[in-house]
Amino acid sequence: MVASLLRVMALIRKELLAVLKDARTRNMLLLQPVLQCLLFGYAATLDLSNVPYAAFDRDRSTASSALLAKLDGSGVFHRIANLTDAADMQRLIDAQKVLVVIQIDPNFQRQLSVGEDAAVQVIADGRNSNTAGAALGYVNAAVESFNADWRGDHGLPPPPVQVNARAWYNANLETRWNLIPALVGTITMMSTMMLAALSVAREREEGTFDQLLVTPFTPVEIMAGKAIPAMLIGVVQATNALLVAQFWFRIPFAGSYVTLYVGLILFLLAAVGIGLFVSSIAATMQQAMLYAFVTIMPFALLSGLTTPISSMPPIIQDFTLINPLRYAIDLVHRVYLEGAGLDRLVPDLWPMAIIAAVTLGAAAWMFRNRLE
Amino acid sequence: MTATAPSPRGSQGRFAPLAAKARRIWALIRKEGRQVVRDPSSFAIGVVLPVMLILLFGYGMSLDVKHVPIAVVLEVPSPDASEIAASFQLSPYFETHITPSMAEAQTLMLSGKVDGIVLLQSDFARRAAQGDASVQLVVNGIDGNTARIIEAYAGAAIAQSGVRVAAEGQGDGAAVGGQAVVENQLWFNSAYDSRYFLVPGLIVLIITLIGAFMTSMVVAREWERGTFEALFVTPVRTDEILISKIVPYFLLGMVGLLLCMASARFLFGVPFRGSFLTLTAVSMLYLLVSVATGLLISSTLKSQFLASQVTLVATFMPAMMLSGFIYDLRSVPLAIRLVSYLVPARYYVSLLQTMFLAGDVWSVILPNAAILAVVAAVMLALTRRVTRKSLG
Amino acid sequence: MAAVAAGAPVIVCRNLHKHFLRKTKENVQALDDVSFEVARGGLAALVGPDGGGKTTLIRLAAGLLTADAGELSVLGIDVKADPQAVQDRIGYMPQRFGLYDDLSVQENLDLYADMHGVSAADRRSKYPQLMEMTALGPFTRRLAGQLSGGMKQKLGLACTLVRSPELLLLDEPTVGVDPLSRRELWEIIRGLVRDQGVPVLLSTSYLDEAERCEQVVVLREGKVLAQGPPKDVTALAEGRTFMATPPRGETARVTQTGLLDDPAVIDASPEAGEVRIVRQPGQPDGALARLKLEPTPARFEDGFMVLLRRAAASDNQVQKAPAAPLVAKDVVIPADHEVVVEVRDLVRRFGAFVAVDKVSFEVRRGEIFGLLGPNGAGKTTTFRMLCGLLSATSGTLKIAGVDLRRGGASARQQIGYVAQKFSLYAQLTVAENLDFFASAYGLRGARRRERIDWAMAQFELGPVAGLLGGQLPGGYTQRLAMAAALLHEPQILFLDEATSGADPMARREFWRRITALSQAGVTVIVTTHFMTEAEYCDRIAIMDSGRVLAQGTPAEIRARGATKSDRQPTMEDAFIAVIEEARRPAPHEQAA
Repeated sequence: MVASLLRVMALIRKELLAVLKDARTRNMLLLQPVLQCLLFGYAATLDLSNVPYAAFDRDRSTASSALLAKLDGSGVFHRIANLTDAADMQRLIDAQKVLVVIQIDPNFQRQLSVGEDAAVQVIADGRNSNTAGAALGYVNAAVESFNADWRGDHGLPPPPVQVNARAWYNANLETRWNLIPALVGTITMMSTMMLAALSVAREREEGTFDQLLVTPFTPVEIMAGKAIPAMLIGVVQATNALLVAQFWFRIPFAGSYVTLYVGLILFLLAAVGIGLFVSSIAATMQQAMLYAFVTIMPFALLSGLTTPISSMPPIIQDFTLINPLRYAIDLVHRVYLEGAGLDRLVPDLWPMAIIAAVTLGAAAWMFRNRLE
Repeated sequence: MTATAPSPRGSQGRFAPLAAKARRIWALIRKEGRQVVRDPSSFAIGVVLPVMLILLFGYGMSLDVKHVPIAVVLEVPSPDASEIAASFQLSPYFETHITPSMAEAQTLMLSGKVDGIVLLQSDFARRAAQGDASVQLVVNGIDGNTARIIEAYAGAAIAQSGVRVAAEGQGDGAAVGGQAVVENQLWFNSAYDSRYFLVPGLIVLIITLIGAFMTSMVVAREWERGTFEALFVTPVRTDEILISKIVPYFLLGMVGLLLCMASARFLFGVPFRGSFLTLTAVSMLYLLVSVATGLLISSTLKSQFLASQVTLVATFMPAMMLSGFIYDLRSVPLAIRLVSYLVPARYYVSLLQTMFLAGDVWSVILPNAAILAVVAAVMLALTRRVTRKSLG
Repeated sequence: MAAVAAGAPVIVCRNLHKHFLRKTKENVQALDDVSFEVARGGLAALVGPDGGGKTTLIRLAAGLLTADAGELSVLGIDVKADPQAVQDRIGYMPQRFGLYDDLSVQENLDLYADMHGVSAADRRSKYPQLMEMTALGPFTRRLAGQLSGGMKQKLGLACTLVRSPELLLLDEPTVGVDPLSRRELWEIIRGLVRDQGVPVLLSTSYLDEAERCEQVVVLREGKVLAQGPPKDVTALAEGRTFMATPPRGETARVTQTGLLDDPAVIDASPEAGEVRIVRQPGQPDGALARLKLEPTPARFEDGFMVLLRRAAASDNQVQKAPAAPLVAKDVVIPADHEVVVEVRDLVRRFGAFVAVDKVSFEVRRGEIFGLLGPNGAGKTTTFRMLCGLLSATSGTLKIAGVDLRRGGASARQQIGYVAQKFSLYAQLTVAENLDFFASAYGLRGARRRERIDWAMAQFELGPVAGLLGGQLPGGYTQRLAMAAALLHEPQILFLDEATSGADPMARREFWRRITALSQAGVTVIVTTHFMTEAEYCDRIAIMDSGRVLAQGTPAEIRARGATKSDRQPTMEDAFIAVIEEARRPAPHEQAA
């Protein structure tokens, strides 16, 4: 038992040395999570700012100016043109100079004054319907705010039914709060899977695997010696990403670290299991890398990272049940933002445990039977 | 690329050097083609991945919010309150769970079974009649996008319900007053279908994958396996080797483009409003940029593993993140926006989105295409400089 | 061929310098003021220890590298100024010939024919000739990746010869090739020189090949030690070479090992049951005194050894290792001769293909057992089964009483394994590699330190302890692999083509260690393509097509080659005779 542990320790040490020795690889593994978090944190946002828009104010009244002032003051919109000709509208949108054109009808103020509804036309560039949808949401909010002011200024009662909206866990609905914790899972999965897949394939390709097999190592020891270093690196990467989330983006951490790391370790076990399984099939490093890439792609895209799982067709939703990343992202969100405890995380924990058990078992079986 | 090679001095290079050149290029292209067909890894990048991406993007991914699970707490059913609850139930956006107790709704929310709660309190009917009713809306803010949509939809559903009319009926119409009403027009994508912009983005990803990733792997492989060493000591010229590496992957990229166009049109019904000719032309430019990038990376690194990693980080990731394909570049910090100008995919995304949804808008096409052409020329020139028939 | 005046040298090399920067920023002088000429006509060979600069020189001549200083002209063209003009006219076969594995034999040939602009008419006459020459005719549609090592090498040569080059550059064309294929390759090259007058420059670590060339250039550490006809080198050993019969009760190997450290001996090697000795003149007889020395004609190899010894002496370098015993124990030649490796009716099938077909042999404690055979004979498959890396389809297999496939960790503790190609961790340093394998074998505490120190000292790894495994210079990789395999003092040592591509000096060192190990009671099983190395074995088995064709002591095997000519048959003659005899009834049934 002691001898076995010592052997596994030696293998872990060797794996870590081999991976971390090369400065290029080391930087790629340890800095990459930080850089990706920073890049994604800033680039991957659905929260708009600086949206260029054009105003086509055909009313030129105090009311229309007040409405446009609301937009200008929102911090989201940035007026780059005041149009006088409807044809310009087409030109600016086609050339992607503006995302939105606000057109205010000539009788805007008069209609409001007599208690009629007055139309504000919002024309958005739908080439990226996502952005356009978000921009329309902001315009709506600005118009609501204008309406409230107008009522106040003209002594009108508030609307009969008010909606008091409150968002739990992420009061300002910042995309970043959603994305960065999700990246913790995604980045670590990519690296640990690749590492696990490549470590065995590299040994196979370089002929060292045979050398390893003629030593007293048992297949289980080899598996452990391959899985643990990849998981250790995964834990360090996750920690780096968490540090960026907390200390750079200042996203408040609501849960317990112990819970988070317990969940992450279970997840890493599943990711490493998949990686080792991939490597047990692959004959060369190139194959291992490609198979891993082909596996990671759907896992990352169908994890809820970029698009909500509930919007996917049922059959694809069923597929996501075998995707450990799906559970990991949910888990990190819920621990990080909601502060959920282990009891509430059981629905995420057991599927990952099953995936880990199945893939590690299958990899062990493949190693035993494919040592030919 | 030089038009004619300096005539080799040997006995056989004397006649028709151009014909010999053409024959060498053709032989190398044929070799490359055979390798793509026979090597499973080339097949995986060139065929399996593109098809998988098409299916994932076309069917799996959707930014449109649908079937969001919410709880509607109907403490005391009343006609007004029930009407609001029913409007949630009928909406395709929500999977509505109606419960009489807020405590139960909160349990559902805590366990992650619902993403939002609409609370219609017991005094809703009475206060609505008085004109000061309120609806509590609690959303799980983790996915801000979904949360915003729930808020917007809930607001609209309530506003449109009979409540407002009922309230207005009691008071003096003029006292309630008019308000500014937003009339939306979403140009180019009136259906708000996220596939409309995902599919053009998909083309960028696939062309990047085939053009850069695959090319970088196959060139690095020749260095690694030592096949270049024997090939170099033949009359073959550097430009011939480069052409023979560009042409097959260029063609494969065009096949990928066709595949995407066909699935966009026939599987996903995404409209294409530009001209196919223009699309082909600008795609060729971007494909050239990608292939040249792949060649440059692999000629510099000469290792499959490093080349693939660098290609992913330098081309694939930016094409996904910094091209404006999913995330709008107008909202990112200045530094990142400046970086995005260095990403060729950005210009291609702009071209594709315009051509698919707006048509041949020359004011967009010409500048973007010009930039791509310049980048392609620069990358090819750099590749030509870096690639040498030398092992040094 | 009009560009070069008749009689002018085809390669002129003057004061050539070339250095490389290693990853560790270390400067390596690969070529240091090299000057020589290769005359038109005939074969010229580059020989010398590993890392001497042979490959660098050939690559420079092929225009693949650029010299730092000096002149190099090939076929009258300045290579530096116009490498393409040279490449248009020569044929070049790199050490690792870059065949496209996923193209067929025919497609590879066509590709190179197109590259060289060979016309359809020329192909019609050339292809049959090449196919006949290389005997690849039946395999034209097979993918190159599925050819055996020897066949790949022949295809590589065929691709180089699709058009008649004005000069042929071959970098170690026969490395890793079995004696049969080696003989065939040489017939092709000789035929080319004879029939078409193509000048050839090749590098080789087989000194018998160099002896057959018109001219040799001996390179050592980037410097030219000698150049001229091989007989000039041979002459250096003239009058100094002897054959000695080992004293009664001693094997040639033991006598030979005892002589290696004697100052009076430059070189000693076992040959045909006797010991071949090259004497250092002016030294007292020493250990030679007890032997009866018969003068024998000198060979190129003898002269080569004299040359290297001289060069080593002038660098004030002690070339030979200290005579410390390899294993710390006293030399015990076991009397019991128990059987430690027992193989009976071993069969291994891959689908319908029988790779190993009812192989049986026994190896006793302290024996050195050699497994010989052409490429694809089933040696490596047998080896992998012996080491427990592959399961047998049927048959019995016992290593120290157990089957390693089932024996578990403690059984594997008994064996050491050195694979065909370098198979230690390239990303780890020498010290880290040893550390890892020490732990893998459960060595701890003082014992561990002691064994690592022993390995470092014994294999002289101290100076390279901090280098990465992947950056080790030539001969060190072999030593490191041996050191790692011996850390745990295994009872049985498996060596699979451990000397492939190694230079003659390194091979001597290698065998010296093996001999010491066997004297200490370690059982050694080796495979090799160097037939001269079979002389070191106590017993050998010759395999082909998965079957054992002959088994016995080197003397017994040699006797099987005696039928052919009246001269003393060599091991290589015997080997070829055995294989050819076995293949005769069913010709061309060669296994892939």
